[in-house]
Amino acid sequence: MSTILEMRSITKEFPGVKALQDVSITVERGHVHAICGENGAGKSTLMKVLSGVYPHGTYTGDIVFEGETMEFKDIRDSEKSGIVIIHQELALSPYLSIAENIFLGNERARRGFIDWDETNAEAAKLLARVGLGDSPTTVVREIGVGKQQLVEIAKALSKNVKLLILDEPTAALNDEDSAHLLDLIRHLKGQGITCIIISHKLNEIKAIADEVTIIRDGRTIETLALATGDISEDRIIKGMVGRDLEHRYPDRSVAIGEEIFRVEDWTVHHPTDHDRTIIHGASLSVRAGEVVGIAGLMGAGRTELAMSIFGRSYGSRISGRLYMRGEEIQARTVPEAIRNGLAYATEDRKVYGLNLIEDIKRNISAAGLRKLAPRGWVDGGGEHVVAEGYRKSMNIKAPSVDAITGKLSGGNQQKVVLSKWLYSDPELLILDEPTRGIDVGAKYEIYTIINSLAAQGKAVIVISSELPELLGICDRIYALSEGHITGELPIEQATPEALMVLMTKEKEADHVIG
Amino acid sequence: MSSASATRPASSRSEVLGFLTSRLRQIGIFVALIVIVLLFQVLTEGRLLTAGNVSNIIVQNSYILILAIGMVMIIIAGHIDLSVGSVAAFVGAMTGVMVQDWGLPWWAAILLGLLVGAIVGCWQGFWVAYVGIPAFIVTLAGMLLFRGLTQIVLGNTQITPFPNEYRQLGGGYLFPQLFPAATSPAEWITVGLGLLALVMFIASQLRGRMKRAKLNLETEPLWWFIVKVAFGAGLILFLTYLLGVAPGSRGTPIVLIVLGVLVVVYTAVMNRSVFGRHIYAVGGNRHAADLSGIQSRKIDFYLFVNMGVLAALAGIIFTGRLNSAGPGAGNLFELDAIAASFIGGAAVQGGVGTVVGAITGGLIMGVLNNGMSLLGVSTDYQQFIKGLVLLLAVAFDVWNKRRARG
Repeated sequence: MSTILEMRSITKEFPGVKALQDVSITVERGHVHAICGENGAGKSTLMKVLSGVYPHGTYTGDIVFEGETMEFKDIRDSEKSGIVIIHQELALSPYLSIAENIFLGNERARRGFIDWDETNAEAAKLLARVGLGDSPTTVVREIGVGKQQLVEIAKALSKNVKLLILDEPTAALNDEDSAHLLDLIRHLKGQGITCIIISHKLNEIKAIADEVTIIRDGRTIETLALATGDISEDRIIKGMVGRDLEHRYPDRSVAIGEEIFRVEDWTVHHPTDHDRTIIHGASLSVRAGEVVGIAGLMGAGRTELAMSIFGRSYGSRISGRLYMRGEEIQARTVPEAIRNGLAYATEDRKVYGLNLIEDIKRNISAAGLRKLAPRGWVDGGGEHVVAEGYRKSMNIKAPSVDAITGKLSGGNQQKVVLSKWLYSDPELLILDEPTRGIDVGAKYEIYTIINSLAAQGKAVIVISSELPELLGICDRIYALSEGHITGELPIEQATPEALMVLMTKEKEADHVIG
Repeated sequence: MSSASATRPASSRSEVLGFLTSRLRQIGIFVALIVIVLLFQVLTEGRLLTAGNVSNIIVQNSYILILAIGMVMIIIAGHIDLSVGSVAAFVGAMTGVMVQDWGLPWWAAILLGLLVGAIVGCWQGFWVAYVGIPAFIVTLAGMLLFRGLTQIVLGNTQITPFPNEYRQLGGGYLFPQLFPAATSPAEWITVGLGLLALVMFIASQLRGRMKRAKLNLETEPLWWFIVKVAFGAGLILFLTYLLGVAPGSRGTPIVLIVLGVLVVVYTAVMNRSVFGRHIYAVGGNRHAADLSGIQSRKIDFYLFVNMGVLAALAGIIFTGRLNSAGPGAGNLFELDAIAASFIGGAAVQGGVGTVVGAITGGLIMGVLNNGMSLLGVSTDYQQFIKGLVLLLAVAFDVWNKRRARG
């Protein structure tokens, strides 16, 4: 047994956040090595460091590959050494053929002209190795996601891959495709190709991995040898969720009042694929002063549920009923949802939450501008005063409310988003990943703000992939799995293990509970 | 650093410099206009800033400037409009048909012309906002469509002449018969309007500053405020002198009044109205705007309606000035209006730009045209130089943005 890769005390910082801290990992040649951790634990960042997406010099620590210290400048550089990463979002060009995709950037050409016969013949050989029977000339968008995944792997093989990194390879696949993919990984292992696989799916990891390294909050927790077979899923879950909940969450006094908001039998279909059900008959309720969590793994439909409630911003063929203080409301558009007292702070601040080229005050007033402009003309001074008020009460760290939001840190940007929604004066706030990409200190501040909202009698729904966070700030937690609400736990009964069980529950099981 | 009194002059100088560089993006365009004006004033040996020539620059560029107002709004929202030249020609032709064939009075033709512009805007806005076809395609089609309609309406001939009143909008001056400049040393209406504009300008600046001071929001140093107001006041006085007092002055072009009102109104709309603020929000981040309850489709639709009306106005003014509606009218107007917007600091990705910037950008192009014509530079060189100016202006903007970020 020999070591193919060693990453030694890798530390990677983003402005305001330490994404990786002193992470070390050793991978044996010809093994399948799994990396496990919650969303945001730093798995993908680590793989981006390894594959040169974050070039040498932007992180500290050493990468030793096949006995040599590597300093990758970019992906091409790492690919030359035989390290190929396949990202969660596949990087195929939809209108090109399978063969063209396989040799993209690496074309079979003579003096600048593509040799199509060689391209297609070579592609066919590679497709045979991954067990894909389609013709190399098939256009990629005509084959399913499972097959596209195989094309990605064939592409990696064309680059003489020695170490293949798969980031959540089965996240978008159905069971059959997943099983096929796992078989293929075993097969490649037999050919001497080393694999690093990032996955949430513990049963898959157990089925395929030789070792598993657990990462939490940007640190390596431990590496377990699975080959001996005595490692249980519980053991991995324990490593993933950790035990240090004290002092990371502010204390709060809970005063829960009457029900504010209720969803009944909410069903949502995919926006373009109208037959695919994303949310299956979900029902939930929130009371005044209550912070309710929604827990679920990636792809469980958390954001889809929230956005479909908020003015049908997501999905098609939506059915179900919404009640505000016991009365049924309609929220078919975002303005209607806002009028009815809903607010939704998005998971992705930069893409969906803020106008980054605009200043703080105009972002804060964006959702409630009418309040400052009773006759259509904005009271600029009043707007400044409102924004200044939020800058102080929210402790937004910026020289003035004229500062451009794009230049603020993640935590301060999030405070601007929260200010915007507070100014729209909602009864229910849905906060989707309110602390993603925010450092620990600012997280504490955000939690304090959430508590004070609840104390003011607002109803709050928090969506988070970090279980400790939900356990630290919520009064009640719903678990969502594959679009089904698979259970509801009051905080006294909620443990990471109990939630993880609900979150990974398969479809058939939810009928028992739901 | 150690002794405050010793480093005082240096630090205040660096403070001034720091403030100026922070405002470089806004100031740069005005500085560029002044430099170009001074350059041509010298090169033409004083022929640029004469009463007659300044009056010409205003009238000749008025329709481009009006188009630039609508264009910069569309660009801020992240779209483009390639059809405005054709729309202007089409409306000019339609008003011609109205007065000549239908025998409508001049005012009815103008009003109906603006209505035609609004309908054209509805048509294009519908495709962009509600069908979701990129504005580039919709307005490229519109460019062909309305050029074609113009030719169909005119049957490949020109309509001329137009009623005298109609022509005033494009080429007329304010009551020249009341106070002919030849008999009186000063054109009193122009001087009166100039002084009125001066008082309103200073009053609005002072009121704004006092309001900000009261709310404790003033961030602008006093010296800069004084420089700014003095510069603006000087500009108004100089223009008043050239149009109303200087030898050869002809009084106030009517189109200058129209333009002035449009600039003031649209600046207010963009800065202070909910509609204007929503345009910036949609252009800056459409997703975030949608999720903040801003109806971005409605904004897009009304922007094109607005552009249609402004294009109609430009077409009417142009037709009046030439006293004829021809099938080739308004050719390449769209490109001048787009260039004016970008020279004036609008961003290709949307979200950034100002009406005053676009007007200044349009004036830079206008002064370049006029100055080079005075110098006898042939039109092929004029095109070449205008192209270069557009490229450099946007390059400066890109550089400035990168500097601000890094």
